[in-house]
Amino acid sequence: MPSYSGPTTPSRGGDVAGTLRLLAYLALALVLIVLDHRGGWLSQARSQAALLVQPLWMVAGWPGRMAQRLYDDAGTLSQLTAENNRLRNDLLVNSARIARLQTLAADNARLRGLLGAAERGNLDVQLAPILDVDLDPTRQRLVLDSGSNDGVRMGQSVIDAGGLVGQVIEVRPVHAVVLVLTDPSHAVPVAVARSGVRLVAHGDGRTDALRLPGIPLSADVQVGDRLVTSGLGGRFPAGFPVGEILAIAPDDSGAFLVGEVRPAAQLDRGRDVLLLRTVPAPPPELDAAPDGTGDGADGPADAGQAEAPDAGATAEDGAAP
Amino acid sequence: MSRMRPGWLIPASVIVALVLGLLPLPESWQPLRPYWLALVLAYWVIEAPERVGLGFAFVVGLVADLAFGSLLGEQAMRLVVMAFILQRFRARLRFFPMSQQSLAIGALLLNDRIVTAAIHTTLGMPTLPSMFWAAPLAGMLLWVPVFLLLDTLRLGHWRKS
Repeated sequence: MPSYSGPTTPSRGGDVAGTLRLLAYLALALVLIVLDHRGGWLSQARSQAALLVQPLWMVAGWPGRMAQRLYDDAGTLSQLTAENNRLRNDLLVNSARIARLQTLAADNARLRGLLGAAERGNLDVQLAPILDVDLDPTRQRLVLDSGSNDGVRMGQSVIDAGGLVGQVIEVRPVHAVVLVLTDPSHAVPVAVARSGVRLVAHGDGRTDALRLPGIPLSADVQVGDRLVTSGLGGRFPAGFPVGEILAIAPDDSGAFLVGEVRPAAQLDRGRDVLLLRTVPAPPPELDAAPDGTGDGADGPADAGQAEAPDAGATAEDGAAP
Repeated sequence: MSRMRPGWLIPASVIVALVLGLLPLPESWQPLRPYWLALVLAYWVIEAPERVGLGFAFVVGLVADLAFGSLLGEQAMRLVVMAFILQRFRARLRFFPMSQQSLAIGALLLNDRIVTAAIHTTLGMPTLPSMFWAAPLAGMLLWVPVFLLLDTLRLGHWRKS
């Protein structure tokens, strides 16, 4: 390498060649960007190549883990006692709640038996720690510190204590990537818990808000309403809290309303999340068309809100006896 | 002056830059995260142009896209643009004093933000919050330490100037 100066005035020929190479690389990058943006076969290739970066994630996750361990070790007696007390109280309250819910569950099972409806599956979950690495800030993703070796599968719903977090979109041997429901490419079918109006909540690219576009003017939706997953589409099981409506405003056309929703889950920095073990079955194709899909304007009040995902099973079970 | 350059230094510095980019930062510090990869790449384009050029920048960008989960090709494009500009002004940049060099790097990083914003708006993807335009400042301030550190590792002693 020249010690003090490079070729000070590059020749004109070298100039042109350099520019051509720049254009070639830019074109290549552009093709990749467009292909990846559209999804498709490139995402398959991408998930294969992503195996290469697994070690990077592992290394980058060490400081977070170390900090956690330090924090755990450095807890003083008073801190730990306070935490212990709080947890004890929580446990007491939650046990009381569970005891009450169990009687309700028994009731529910009896009533369902009377109606001949299908049993809803129990909540079977798996705990997964979040790997503390920062990915591209314009995309809302989480990396989990467990992968296919621990039984994580594509499409599993991810929840935390507050509510729905997202879904697993990539699974590697020791890591998994979760698409958080605030990602702009994410949408989740929801129902208003109070009135049963069905809507779709879209991610907005911010960690603290979801967008609820296309609310009909006549729909029974108010500020402060809580949203739960409706189970339509079969991707998410029904009944998990999604968020609370913070504001409703008319959209640009004036024909619909747009709602702003605060997610129920703590999406910034939780430590652990829960993965639902039951991966939803692919939605039944033709045999059981869900009632009044789509508009969710005013017709389907409380009829199919909770039972929508069971529609297929209900039909089959109903035919059996 | 011995001109030995350890062959492992280039890949090692790139890997360290990738890991630094992934390290978790507190939420309020996020906007200030410097683009480590660009700093390291800029150093090698300036100091080892025969080994680090547009092709290297492209490949490193692809790896970074995989690691950060960004759109495949996005960082490749950003880094290629940056490497190209650096190659053009390399002869002049090398003789700048450190302060001017870091100003130039700051301008490059700002340009990089503009390229990113252009890609994102073209595709209709969300752009970064406005606070993130402060990141080039952090990168600018870090240029001198990064430069001196890599120089020391490369030459085996402090540069006398």
